[in-house]
Amino acid sequence: MIQFKNVAKTFRRARVLDGISLDIGLGERVALIGSNGAGKTTLIRCLLGEYTYDGSVAIDGRDPRSNRTAVLGDIGFVPQLPPPLKMPVGQLIDFSASLCGTDPRRIHGIAKRLGLDLDGILSRQFVRLSGGMKQKLLIAIALGREARVLVMDEPAANLDPEARKIFFDLLAERLDNATMIISSHRLDEVSSLVNRVIEMDMGKVVLDDRVADDVSLSGTLACRIVVKRHEQAFAKAIAAWQFAASDDNLVWTGRIAGPDRLRFLGMISRYTALVSDLSLAEN
Amino acid sequence: MKQLWLTAKLDIVESLRARWFQIYTLVFGGIVALLFLFGLTESRVLGFIGLSRLLVTYIQLTMAILPIFVLITTVRSVAGDREAGVFEYLLSLPVSLSAWFWGKIVGRYIVVFAPVFLAMLGAVGWASFKDIEVPWGMFGYYTALLATMALCFLGIGMLISAVARSTDIAQGAAFMVWLTLLLFLDLILLGVMIQGKVAPEVAVGLALINPLQVFRTAALALFDPQLIVLGPSAYVILDTFGVAGYKVFALAYPAALGLLSATIGYFLFRRGDLP
Repeated sequence: MIQFKNVAKTFRRARVLDGISLDIGLGERVALIGSNGAGKTTLIRCLLGEYTYDGSVAIDGRDPRSNRTAVLGDIGFVPQLPPPLKMPVGQLIDFSASLCGTDPRRIHGIAKRLGLDLDGILSRQFVRLSGGMKQKLLIAIALGREARVLVMDEPAANLDPEARKIFFDLLAERLDNATMIISSHRLDEVSSLVNRVIEMDMGKVVLDDRVADDVSLSGTLACRIVVKRHEQAFAKAIAAWQFAASDDNLVWTGRIAGPDRLRFLGMISRYTALVSDLSLAEN
Repeated sequence: MKQLWLTAKLDIVESLRARWFQIYTLVFGGIVALLFLFGLTESRVLGFIGLSRLLVTYIQLTMAILPIFVLITTVRSVAGDREAGVFEYLLSLPVSLSAWFWGKIVGRYIVVFAPVFLAMLGAVGWASFKDIEVPWGMFGYYTALLATMALCFLGIGMLISAVARSTDIAQGAAFMVWLTLLLFLDLILLGVMIQGKVAPEVAVGLALINPLQVFRTAALALFDPQLIVLGPSAYVILDTFGVAGYKVFALAYPAALGLLSATIGYFLFRRGDLP
């Protein structure tokens, strides 16, 4: 579906992409990882037809540079940093929906599922929204249409656990008819979302591997944590994951999204000395 | 066409909320208000009184301010948007590059021209209300001149934005362009000619290709056909073209220059990296 053939990109004298060749098929969920400056963003921009390059990039055989509107009509993109748009939220939705040929109500619906009620903020400038709200809106715009390729740069970074769980559900709904490229500089952030990992370094692919696809995107884990004593910091952190406490605040129970398990354990690891018992059980 | 209008509308909304637009509108609205406040319609200069006097002063001030204002705000917002990642996101949507680029020009043109024109229209409205005679011919030509001026410098601004990769470079280049045009005004050319450093034909040629000088000569030619307040280049030019011929040239040439600059800017934009 997506083909990169010997793609190279040079800025002045710096070679940012150095002969990248990749084939990504329909239904693949690819983690594009690498440190800052590895070439991830440049590769994505080549895929979006925003950069000129040597070699060739094709989506379903079409060049994104010369067939912009047709190719980009199939791609939903979520950038890492939300653009500082001054336009009102309502206009951004209408603009995107008109260009993508989708119904704005579909975007509203997805935003609502993510916990963002658009009705109250339609006239607010996009740039004045909080980081999480911006991220939810951009995800809603990307998913609120028939995109066959989803390109997302750290898409869940600003989302709260509840919204992340819904985001994973939304991705799960697209598993059969979309290809996903999820860029991150940390594998643990995206490992449970993907079935293929491509690592880049200095403009080259240094690892291209299939990974076990056992984690269900829409699955959840029942979790129970026992702590030795009540601590405010822990209570605040675990409450953000929608956990409920026992009367003495020593036993916490809740559910976490399957793909979020590493992130959750990462949070728990900050309170290792406090935790006396922990269990995670798949449904 | 739908994509072009969507982009134009987007640019208009973005501009209306930008600080530069508020200052821009305030400047031109303020000029007209101040001219009325200082009783310019009651003063008499070179035989001109009433609204003609106000319009002449207004267009002189506009000619001094509008080019640099349009150049700087255009390159700042276009190059600034590119640097801030606005292009990266909006150009990931299925919009054609021609619709995007020309839509931006259309939107920006409306935003740039509207305050200048509305200020003038406000002056006419006030004059009608106060029973001051309105010189419609002059109003019409000055409107066309301002429309052309906005187009000319917007086109140049878009060309600079397409070439420059950062806001700083774009801003510096825009300032240099404006400074160069300013240095080749008729009155400065006159000094060079007096020193015998350039041939009169060169001075006249330079005055003819400098859009700032073209506007200046055209604006003044309306009320001073002898052009005693201008230098010799303008005199020769008017002598060659005639007042009517020069008035047409003063609209056609800068408009063509603006469109040509914008077209070159478009081809450079679509040939290179977008964000």
